[in-house]
Amino acid sequence: MTGQRLSKMAVCVAVISKENYPLYIQTIPTEDDLKFHYTVHTSLDVVEEKINNVGKTTNDLRELYLGLLYPTEDYKVYGYVTNTKIKFVVVVESSNTALRDNEIRTMFRKLHNAYTDMVCNPFYTPGDRITSRVFEKVVNGMMLQDS
Amino acid sequence: MADEALFEFLHMEVVSYLFKTADEEKCIPILENMGYRVGHSLAERFTKDSSRFKDELDIMKFICKDFWTSVYKKQVDNLRTNHQYLAFPCGLIRGALANLGISCIVTAEVQNMPACKFQIMIQRSQ
Repeated sequence: MTGQRLSKMAVCVAVISKENYPLYIQTIPTEDDLKFHYTVHTSLDVVEEKINNVGKTTNDLRELYLGLLYPTEDYKVYGYVTNTKIKFVVVVESSNTALRDNEIRTMFRKLHNAYTDMVCNPFYTPGDRITSRVFEKVVNGMMLQDS
Repeated sequence: MADEALFEFLHMEVVSYLFKTADEEKCIPILENMGYRVGHSLAERFTKDSSRFKDELDIMKFICKDFWTSVYKKQVDNLRTNHQYLAFPCGLIRGALANLGISCIVTAEVQNMPACKFQIMIQRSQ
């Protein structure tokens, strides 16, 4: 597993609906997980800005992956938006140098695949909180910690 | 292709089952809603690998080209001409567009026998 090489991966993974309410948010076991909720919440403004800026710069690839949203002292926040305006936000520690842009991309790719599979489940009502265990397993795989 | 036939048969059975069991006037909304849910999911799946859409025109192009060929393998010339068979595809279009952020009303009509016309009315929220 790649997780063994990387000592730590994401510390927080969140899925936000098109109306900007959380569908799923998972953090590493910590005392103040509200801090991450706050970080994710703040990042939504940056996501919005990035989406609205489409077309203003000429050589714009219009990728689903939005890249680094903003860095803080301790964390880096990455964003991704699907064509259906579902936002994925991943928070990693700034000290984590093993995670490069490519790894983050793969992470989002996996997350998107898991999300699509979950939505195509006829027993899921779109817009509900995500309770799928398969989806949870994928997310937990991203937050694996083995030092 | 075999999967094309499967969808065709399933669709035919769903329609005839509904018309046998439910009230006549309830059938169309039921079928439409089934299509909506399917279109919603399919939009999620089919747009997974495409780049972000720029505007409405981009989305409509996607629906006409990629989406429709993925579902019906070609342009929609193999639909049955009876109106009851068109409720599901109408919902399909409505569901896909709703998930991509365009709310609309979709109606279908048949003027010349093998062809079918879908009319999409986009509702402006602002």
